[in-house]
Amino acid sequence: MSVQDRLDTSVRAWRARSARRGAAVGAALLLLIGLVLADLMTGPSAMSPGTLWQTFLAGPQGADRAAAAILFQIRLPQTVMALIVGGALGLAGLMMQTILANPLASPFTLGFSAAAGFGAALAIMFGSALAVPVPGWLLTPACAFVATLSATALVWLVARLKGSQPEVLVLAGIAVLFFFQSLQSLVQFMASPEVLQQIVFWLFGSLLKANWTAVKTAGVIVALCLPLIARETWALTTLRMGEANAESLGLDTDALRRRVFLITAALTAAAVSFTGTIGFVGLIAPHVARAMVGEDHRFALPFAALTGALILVSASVVSKLLSSGAAIPVGIVTAVAGIPMLAAVILTHRGN
Amino acid sequence: MFEITLPALRRGRSLVLQPMELRLPAGSLTGIVGPNGAGKSTLLRAIAGLSPERAILRRAGRVLDRAAVGFLPQSFTVRANLSVLDCVLLGRREGLGWSVPPAMIAQARDILGRFGLAELAARGMNTLSGGQQQRVLLVQRLFRNPQLLALDEPTSALDLHHQLGALAALRTHARQSGTAVIAALHDLTLAARFCDRVMVLGEGRLICHDTPEGALTPERVATHWCVTPELLRDRDACLVVVPHTVE
Repeated sequence: MSVQDRLDTSVRAWRARSARRGAAVGAALLLLIGLVLADLMTGPSAMSPGTLWQTFLAGPQGADRAAAAILFQIRLPQTVMALIVGGALGLAGLMMQTILANPLASPFTLGFSAAAGFGAALAIMFGSALAVPVPGWLLTPACAFVATLSATALVWLVARLKGSQPEVLVLAGIAVLFFFQSLQSLVQFMASPEVLQQIVFWLFGSLLKANWTAVKTAGVIVALCLPLIARETWALTTLRMGEANAESLGLDTDALRRRVFLITAALTAAAVSFTGTIGFVGLIAPHVARAMVGEDHRFALPFAALTGALILVSASVVSKLLSSGAAIPVGIVTAVAGIPMLAAVILTHRGN
Repeated sequence: MFEITLPALRRGRSLVLQPMELRLPAGSLTGIVGPNGAGKSTLLRAIAGLSPERAILRRAGRVLDRAAVGFLPQSFTVRANLSVLDCVLLGRREGLGWSVPPAMIAQARDILGRFGLAELAARGMNTLSGGQQQRVLLVQRLFRNPQLLALDEPTSALDLHHQLGALAALRTHARQSGTAVIAALHDLTLAARFCDRVMVLGEGRLICHDTPEGALTPERVATHWCVTPELLRDRDACLVVVPHTVE
């Protein structure tokens, strides 16, 4: 075989590999659509595919008011929220693992969840006494969001002062994590049993808090992040070549880390503020994405987002099937299912 | 002609190299040699714009920015599940969009062929040996089309066959493209055989910058490497430096 033939064969193999990755993204999308339908049909009052379709076509003001209310006021916001939160956590997880060069990193590694938990606990405990000009239902997510941004600011400040190397970010993140965890524990210690119960329930992470305003707010934040993420796709892939290689290819790795850190913070804040802490999605989704489509972030980022959404919508279906009366919070389902899933990913991944 | 003005270079608080001025002809291959700790890597990182001290690079009097310089560091292990072709394409990541232009794929394919990496194009970088990875990364830097290319021990992981092949291909590439290549090398025989000019670093300064024969004299090798050198000629009349332990 001549050199030219060998080259052509190799390039054909490379093209086939790219096509397989595109197909994997397409297959994940189809699976997600199927699961979304399953999620919309599942609940205390089961809905057949036909009823679901007719209710959907009839719109929120349809003749069957009960079915319309169930679909448009309860199930659809929860499902869309699962898509947004799962997608955001999947994206944030992959970007965090890439910028920290650490497979154990997740959106919560740098203390965002602890900060959100503290903000929420503060809102639940002091409620209207906080005198924040927002509607009552929005107070907890707003406080969680602000607390997450303040954790971001602390880590950002350290990164500006000491450089954005992974070890600096992780150490600053761990300090922030313990700081907000301690404050959260203090609020819990001071809380009455009833308030404590509410705080613990918020921390579980649940889609039951979803409504259309929450969906729109989180959706807008995630949508604003998407073009910023798209701009960094090749830079993130280059960073996977290793720090020294990326730097020598003209990439300002510190500046990239700071930019991506801010995007990750916005995605995570949008996700946790309205649903609480949903663990493992941001840890597992990147591993699944890399195992399925490799390190090229053109494919890995969409796949991580789809996998995050798939995990959360599946968890929503499972939680409703397990206890149809009062759905188990999805945060508990993802945490329980997460460990065997992570083990399965690690054991089946051949590293090719 | 490239002119490089370097300030004093430090590692931490200790002075590694005194200020120096270098002139590198376009299309030439210059070897940097010197004992361990002489400052070869520090010098190359400064040229590449990766050290706190800023080197000033000029070509025909015009100042060049950092993007004009390609750099291959000494440590290079890639653990990512990226194909060799993906890796080469990343050499021009600034020109890549969501889809890769077919012309760019064709160019990447051609350069892989020229460096004997045709059958590896679809292989994952994490499945390659250290030597194969080093060759791919060298190709990636060439694919970037830099005006000046700084290489830190580009043949450190290569076997004898590939050392000769890589340096010959590098010299040809420099001649054809007009790129000025500056490479730190430990093997003085390879430096003498392939480099147009050789720079000897030692005692925190540039000792000399000359032709291989002019730079690698027995006295200089003995003084800076602490060996007793035996200088021979191979069948192509190239200099061969055989080191012997000092009695």
